[in-house]
Amino acid sequence: MSAVIHEDHHHEGPPAGFKRWLYSTNHKDIGTMYLIFALVMLFIGGGMAMIIRAELFMPGVQIVNPDLYNNLLTDHALIMIFGMVMPAAAGMANWMIPMMIGAPDMALPRMNNMSFWLLPAAAILLLSSLLVQFIPGTGVPINTGWTLYPPLSVQTGMGMDLLIFSVHLLGISSIMASINIVTTILNMRAPGMPLMKMPLFVWAWLFTGLLLIIVMPVLAGGVTMLLFDRHFGTSFFDAAGGGDPVLFQHLFWFFGHPEVYVLLLPSIGVLGLVIPTFSRKPLFGYKPLVFFMGFLFALGLVVWAHHQYTIGMSLGATMYFMIGTILISIPVGLMLFNFIFTMWRGSMTFETPMLFAIAIILMFSFAGVTGVMLAVVPADLQYHDTYFVVAHFHYALIPGAVFGLYAGVFYWLPKWTGHMYNEKLGKIFFWWTTLSFNLTFFPQHFSGLAGMPRRIVDYNIQYIEFNQISSIGGFLFGLSHLLFLYIIIKTVKGGEKAADKPWEGAQIGTPGLEWTLPSPPPFHSFTTPPQIK
Amino acid sequence: MSTAEQNYFIPEPSRWPAVAVVGLFFLVLGFALWMNGVSLGPVSTGIGLLVIIYLFFGWFGDVIDESLTSKYNHDVDRSFRQGMFWFITSEVSFFATFFGCLFYFRNISLPWLGGEGQLGVSNILWEGFTYTWPLINLPDVTNYTQLIEPMGAGGIPAYNTIILLSSGVTVTWAHWGLKKGNRAQLVWGLIATIALGMLFFALQAYEYYHAYAELGLTLNSGIYGSTFYMLTGFHGFHVTMGTIMLMVICARSMKGHFTAENHFAFEGVAWYWHFVDVVWLGLYLFVYWL
Repeated sequence: MSAVIHEDHHHEGPPAGFKRWLYSTNHKDIGTMYLIFALVMLFIGGGMAMIIRAELFMPGVQIVNPDLYNNLLTDHALIMIFGMVMPAAAGMANWMIPMMIGAPDMALPRMNNMSFWLLPAAAILLLSSLLVQFIPGTGVPINTGWTLYPPLSVQTGMGMDLLIFSVHLLGISSIMASINIVTTILNMRAPGMPLMKMPLFVWAWLFTGLLLIIVMPVLAGGVTMLLFDRHFGTSFFDAAGGGDPVLFQHLFWFFGHPEVYVLLLPSIGVLGLVIPTFSRKPLFGYKPLVFFMGFLFALGLVVWAHHQYTIGMSLGATMYFMIGTILISIPVGLMLFNFIFTMWRGSMTFETPMLFAIAIILMFSFAGVTGVMLAVVPADLQYHDTYFVVAHFHYALIPGAVFGLYAGVFYWLPKWTGHMYNEKLGKIFFWWTTLSFNLTFFPQHFSGLAGMPRRIVDYNIQYIEFNQISSIGGFLFGLSHLLFLYIIIKTVKGGEKAADKPWEGAQIGTPGLEWTLPSPPPFHSFTTPPQIK
Repeated sequence: MSTAEQNYFIPEPSRWPAVAVVGLFFLVLGFALWMNGVSLGPVSTGIGLLVIIYLFFGWFGDVIDESLTSKYNHDVDRSFRQGMFWFITSEVSFFATFFGCLFYFRNISLPWLGGEGQLGVSNILWEGFTYTWPLINLPDVTNYTQLIEPMGAGGIPAYNTIILLSSGVTVTWAHWGLKKGNRAQLVWGLIATIALGMLFFALQAYEYYHAYAELGLTLNSGIYGSTFYMLTGFHGFHVTMGTIMLMVICARSMKGHFTAENHFAFEGVAWYWHFVDVVWLGLYLFVYWL
């Protein structure tokens, strides 16, 4: 036994130099790398959005040619989903879950590092799939949108192959990260931390991880068939050979719809911590919230075809998917009510994370309402492939996922860095992003209802005003992230010293163990299982 | 007091994850270039493969060392088991995708194309197309080759079913040997399993040759060939992986690495092998027989 104790002494601190990061087996360092990666990707994906908005400022083709425009559109989606939201949420899981449940680290630390380092490799492939079009003879750029529907995606050039392999690497990374997180949650809880006492964030990630384990292989299978259709003469998606292009849509959305909950659930988890903290009241209905997340998990897996009402499904199938989709609004709505009731009669204060939390409840409900509109088949046949859909999913994903991550960043920055962020700048950032976000996407509801189609570089002059408002909002929204970056760098570098428990209400309800550790926590947080009273 | 039983083992910083990423990156980059006729493609794939082989020796070596020096306590063992369980769950999902596609073609899209059901109006695409399974006459054969004869369920596939089912028995027999501390039974059970796995692989290779040379059943012969090769091909790939894993385990058994209490590696491989076995049953039923 003495050998074991001895070893504990000489790996107390982090190793020096690049090896600390490249060879890391430490959940906090890997979490930090995930978060930095997500921040870099936020600016790359955001830059693409800026080009898109600049192009759409005026009708006609000014800045990018149509194929490049569609390629940027495709990569904007893929980068924001796979490169930004998922890594940021995974980074928070890495940082917080072991500390919350009293584990020494993730269950499988080396695999944890591999899941992270696959991301930069996949990002290189993804960006080369964009750049390869500038080499002559590599065929048509990826002009399909992130859904990669055949037959168009079978006809595009070499970029598509790089993209398919990039998706494979991203899939391997997500599956490994999910296996790790699920195993950590199920096996590494400290004594006295039963499942029903876990912080909501941990529950949210448990469901997220399970979803990814189930749906990621389906996407991998789908894009593999695409690859075979492209190069090896199979006919999966070609009706002339007995296949069916619509099958790809089913495969894609069997992955793609649960993916929405993969993006959403971690943020719901953050809300479940932020709202009780700043309302100084225990979470209202903790057990029902866990149950609603489980309900969402199960329903999310069986309603995918509401993305494809226009493909010509049988009446029975259409009815089933419509009713299933509308049912989803029940658990989601109940979750939001739980958060509102948590605030009810609480002694609330409005620090930046809480502001984001409240904004999420308001704006995500808005996405829920347009979501029900889109779920109704006859209405959707009108809205399909218009800017109304674009407005809907940006309202779902920016407040639903991204703002939740911002709330998490501000909530945990003091814990991560040991410094308080500048509250005034945080509030400016909140109002700046929230207002400019609404300025960008609110008008798109109107242009969509008026009939403006999505994924097209040009538009009819009647939509000029809406698009110009959108573009100005978009530039302001993009610009606000420079302030975000500044706040983060400033907090990392210094500032007011943060207490172990920087938020007065942080231990209320079902807290994790993260607040019992110093800010910033030591390199190895728990070497022996903590005792929970 | 901290003891090995209380302390969860956290590995030292390790280079293997980074090596794995480098290997995978060159492997898939090579595939993408190769498929587009870039001459560097095979080189990149080759580098990737070499790195991955090096990785297996290195990473497995580290893990085996750690296991032999008793660094893993009961909790670590349970993490490994759960990790393997979730990995196999994702594999189930992967194969379910291809089975789902097969059912979709056979029960939904092809009957429609043949004019059946409510959406049978799509029969106007190729009027007179009739749906049969196996689909021998394609709607439009211009870009495809003509299938001459589908693969039957008798002969090689039936032998292969018996072979794989027997290999499930031998691996369990080996497990019993391990639990009783009978190393000879363990090793011979594993050798029998590996031999059956290789026999399966050889027969499958012969079947592919037969299909290409005599039946006209190719990747390019329409949806029957596409689904046939996708399902059996991925299964064959998993059998190959499983056989390699069994070889590693067999070599470790010969060296006496496993005890009746501590043998996660053996069980992980055995689970994987049973999984491959069950997938084959599904294949035999839905691809070859029905």
